[in-house]
Amino acid sequence: MKNEFKIIANLLPSQSRVLDVGCGDGSLIEALIKEKNIDARGIELEEDKVKECISKGLSVIEGDAETELSQFPNKAFDFVILSQTLQAFYQPENVLAQLLRIGGRVIISIPNFGYWQIRASLLIFGKMPITKSLPYTWYNTPNLHMCSIKDFYQFCEKKKIKIERVIGINGEKTSSIYRINLEMKNLLSEVGIFLIR
Amino acid sequence: MNYKIENIKKIIVTSPLKLDCGQIIKDFPIAYETYGELNEKKNNAILIFHALTGDQFVAGNNPITDKKGWWTTAVGPGKAIDTDKYFIICANVLGGCMGSFGPKDINKENDQPYGLKFPVITVKDMVRAQESILEHLKINKLLSVLGGSMGGMQVLQFCALYPDKTFSAIPIASTASHNAQQIALNELARQAIMSDPLWNKGNYYQDEKIPKNGLAVARMAAHITYMSDKGLQEKFGRKLQEKKDYEFTFNADFQIESYLRHQGKVFVERFDANSYLYISRAMDYFDLSKQFKNGLSEAFQNHNTKFLIISFSSDWLYPTKNSKDIVIALNASGANVAFAEIKTDKGHDSFLVEEPEFLKTIKGFLDSNFEIFKNEK
Repeated sequence: MKNEFKIIANLLPSQSRVLDVGCGDGSLIEALIKEKNIDARGIELEEDKVKECISKGLSVIEGDAETELSQFPNKAFDFVILSQTLQAFYQPENVLAQLLRIGGRVIISIPNFGYWQIRASLLIFGKMPITKSLPYTWYNTPNLHMCSIKDFYQFCEKKKIKIERVIGINGEKTSSIYRINLEMKNLLSEVGIFLIR
Repeated sequence: MNYKIENIKKIIVTSPLKLDCGQIIKDFPIAYETYGELNEKKNNAILIFHALTGDQFVAGNNPITDKKGWWTTAVGPGKAIDTDKYFIICANVLGGCMGSFGPKDINKENDQPYGLKFPVITVKDMVRAQESILEHLKINKLLSVLGGSMGGMQVLQFCALYPDKTFSAIPIASTASHNAQQIALNELARQAIMSDPLWNKGNYYQDEKIPKNGLAVARMAAHITYMSDKGLQEKFGRKLQEKKDYEFTFNADFQIESYLRHQGKVFVERFDANSYLYISRAMDYFDLSKQFKNGLSEAFQNHNTKFLIISFSSDWLYPTKNSKDIVIALNASGANVAFAEIKTDKGHDSFLVEEPEFLKTIKGFLDSNFEIFKNEK
């Protein structure tokens, strides 16, 4: 399991009800069910990945999170996970509002546009950055709304979304992020994981 | 209809069944067939519900028509629904014509076939009648219930009636509520049957003059709705039937005409016109949400059943929208649900034909859920 998923799994208590939005091939859900006895479900846009999930016995529905989260009742899940896809929605703000509505807590990870390699790429080479977590070129990227850890942190504060924990990932290294070290971690983290409600 | 339907498996349901229409029936037969072996723990049983014109002969050979079972693409040894592994049960629906209690049976009160004296039945009545088979086979909990089209309606109805009697459920290309277009198409078929003078208000059993033409037209119309525009075009296009040019008559010039006529002709050999009226009526009356005060999601409240909903992208008779409505209701009630729309050109009939992606998905779902179910206490 990739480092990010391990961190997310550690944030989840066993036997909780979890929805993984954009669950891909279902590897996180599968691990959560097997290892932590979590009631994990998923929603995924790509048909092939949905069929792969179903074949593994996972409860995954084919659908577009942008429009179809409204079908879930308020607080239907203890946790809702959104891994590195918020930036790909047309209306990330609306999607986030839905996530907070249907989940008691939301775990959201974002590829950090404030990461030093990204800043350097633009500053030194004057080109749109291409990194491990952002492998696309400007003309084929699905990422419409890139943001930095700092951007998202401030967004939560502005929207009065309660931030319970922030974890920065840099390769295999992880660290906690607070208001006090935000500037530094915003520079050094490739991915940020937010636990919010 | 010269087939013999003796010597097929049936049970006689002796306890009275109060139908939705208010009438009470008892001592009536439900015909069924099974495939594979029930294991010792009785946890490998799957109940399949058939569609409008299906019967209990899902796999292998149909001994009555001497043709292949209607779902041999999916059910059999080594198939997606593997009879080497699972015990498959399928019953002929109430109102049917393959051994279960239906309008061609003799009414003991006057020694005449029931015809239109047969009570109007519903999908709920069908499911309640079939539940007796589980009692008879002493199966407490099924691994799964599944079915396409009207079979899917029975799956939903079964889950709503007996939430503890199945571990999983797969309604395929189906709906929780027949809509105006679906009712309209059924009415078209019924009018075709009833306009045939030989139908004779349902009294045609005595002298074997059956309303073949009406029933054939009903089948032809229905058959068009089972295929997609693209599927039809690819298979037939404007191809002519064994001729080089138009005949300038009303004979079957086009291959599609000839195909439909053939479908109509073979159908009347195996199906009873009155059964068609009764079963299609049951579909029209089907509206699961009406059975619950707070709508469809109440039907699945506090369910542990694992649902897999499947639709087909080119199915315009029971389109994906119908399946999604079921998914939404299930999600609203917190039920455990998976959903996939299979991309295909084969229309509503996709579940009956060789459609590898569909079959693979069903197989994966059943096999992985069997592993979970058999380890359950």
